[in-house]
Amino acid sequence: MITLRVLALLAAVALAVGPAHAQISDGVVKIGVLNDQSGAYADISGPGSVVAARMAVEDFGAAKKGMKVEVISADHQNKPEVGSSIARQWYDRDGVDVIVDVPTSSVALAINQVTREKNKAFLVSGAATSDLTGKACSPNTIHWTYDTWMLAHGTGSAIVGTGKKTWFFLTADYAFGHALERDTEEVVVKNGGKVLGKVRHPLNAQDFSSFLLQAQSSKAQVIGLANAGGDTINSIKHAAEFGIVKGGQILAGMLVFITDVHATCAFAKRFAPQYKGNMPTMVQAGIYSAVLHYLKAVEALKSDDAPKVIAKMKEMPTDDPLFGKGRIRADGRKIHDAYLVEVKKPSESKGPWDYYKILATIPADKAFRPEKEGDCPLVK
Amino acid sequence: MTEIFGVPTQALFGQLLIGLINGSFYALLSLGLAVIFGLLNIINFTHGAQYMMGAFVAWFLLNKAGMGYWWALAVAPIAVGAFGVIIERTMLKQLYKLDHLYGLLLTFGLALIIQGLFRNEYGSSGLPYSIPSQLQGGQNLGFMFLPNYRAWVIVFSLAVCLSTWFVIEKTKLGSYLRAATENPELVRAFGINVPRMITLTYGFGVGLAALAGVMAAPIYSVNPLMGADLIIVVFAVVVIGGMGSIMGSIVTGFGLGIIEGLTKVFYPEASNTVIFIIMAIVLMFRPAGLFGTPR
Repeated sequence: MITLRVLALLAAVALAVGPAHAQISDGVVKIGVLNDQSGAYADISGPGSVVAARMAVEDFGAAKKGMKVEVISADHQNKPEVGSSIARQWYDRDGVDVIVDVPTSSVALAINQVTREKNKAFLVSGAATSDLTGKACSPNTIHWTYDTWMLAHGTGSAIVGTGKKTWFFLTADYAFGHALERDTEEVVVKNGGKVLGKVRHPLNAQDFSSFLLQAQSSKAQVIGLANAGGDTINSIKHAAEFGIVKGGQILAGMLVFITDVHATCAFAKRFAPQYKGNMPTMVQAGIYSAVLHYLKAVEALKSDDAPKVIAKMKEMPTDDPLFGKGRIRADGRKIHDAYLVEVKKPSESKGPWDYYKILATIPADKAFRPEKEGDCPLVK
Repeated sequence: MTEIFGVPTQALFGQLLIGLINGSFYALLSLGLAVIFGLLNIINFTHGAQYMMGAFVAWFLLNKAGMGYWWALAVAPIAVGAFGVIIERTMLKQLYKLDHLYGLLLTFGLALIIQGLFRNEYGSSGLPYSIPSQLQGGQNLGFMFLPNYRAWVIVFSLAVCLSTWFVIEKTKLGSYLRAATENPELVRAFGINVPRMITLTYGFGVGLAALAGVMAAPIYSVNPLMGADLIIVVFAVVVIGGMGSIMGSIVTGFGLGIIEGLTKVFYPEASNTVIFIIMAIVLMFRPAGLFGTPR
């Protein structure tokens, strides 16, 4: 009887002490930025993503609101096994509540699984595979910035629309490349185009001339680059060297990063001095936007209980200076407008970072895959 | 159009040529390693980092001093070679009497430090370096378009490889070097400064790596990690050719470049493993490598 009474008393005490913080585990919201800190994707995500996450915490005004928020980071070296063991350690031992970023689709898919198992939250900005909101969708994951479906449909249909119907793919041989190739091929075929061939190259391949020569001899009108980062840079360089564009074929970079965010120069101007003068990428901008929205949901709930926070995030409309207004769908896809851009000719560029002209704005509901087509079990 | 295994002969010739270009880099790098191992018995794991430094020196010269590619071709090997000499004098020298493993650990550690420092400073997505104006454009060979710069790479690296082989195997200086590795005391008795010769040899091997780095700069972006991926392949080349064999490293460098090129046509997914498969097979049947002599 005495124990029961003590328990009741303790419960009463617990209720009396700060209801505001009662639900935040360990009294601190811990955000883990997990990405490539040293390899091929370190510049598009890397330490810059950590800066972006910190800026979001600052702009949210966590300190003023009496909320304790901590940002930590780690390097997954683009290896799924390294990534998932860090994620397990963070969730089990270090009290991390949410993992953000995670470029490299193969790693992101692994973290997606671990997060679901541990019932925590996962906000993806760096990874691209559309499977994260398709057959691998999870009630614990939100996919923020972009995905392969969006890239394929934005770029792919625009190019097929100009009458270039035959394609050859240069694909990075892992989850991301495969997804991007699959999604683009679907668009090409649907619009009456034809895929003449494809070649899969290893991630971080040194030399692309061999692959490009195969693309050249296929006589395809368009060479689709289903790769990213350094691989795309070298593919484009070597294509120029081997006279491929001069020969009449066009290169379609399905995913090209520019270290530039148009929407808000103010954000970029604050970001640069904190990250060696570099401009933010869209991945890093996505981190900022996602973390901000996450913290708003935590604030509204007064809890960092992952499933509830994710549900709240889906319920609340998103709004921030970088992406504007948007929302998150049941399958975890964050939707917003997208832009189709073409690289300016050197004569049109007014200076550093002025490289793009916007050809078209793709409205949010057209930019991403319709919910029903993704085979996500969460969508009924 | 005639075909071989379902691939048009035209395309095949193109791929053979590209294989030869990549082989030039393997040959230049493995040559440096072979010289260093053959004459110093040091397994130089810093080689990849020194190759990267060569490319970076070229970039610095262009962007900070306005000196172009041709200057870099001369200056970078000397600058990075001098860096190598300092390493040899201050660190490697202490390890000659110990097991190979110590040299390997030291150079591996140095490589990690150097790459880390560069990455910290310059990020990982690489810096641009363009092809010198004299070598831009290319020739249409009928079966493929050969960029002038790539043709230059083949010719120049072949020339460097063969002259190195000639100096070491056929000249008096080379005979001193080879004698000094067999029996340093005896060579010293003839009045030759053996330690200085060894130091300069290391500097030369490192210079070769830097030279390859300068040649790679216009093709690949100048990237702190450019050597880290390559060095493993180059070690496999050296092992296949026979550790320390000069001619072996040249022939296998070019040969494996071609084999890798063909793999990219027939089964591209395996193109970054094929060299290691060959290495495993060679080690099973000829543990000393194709051109090596068992010790």
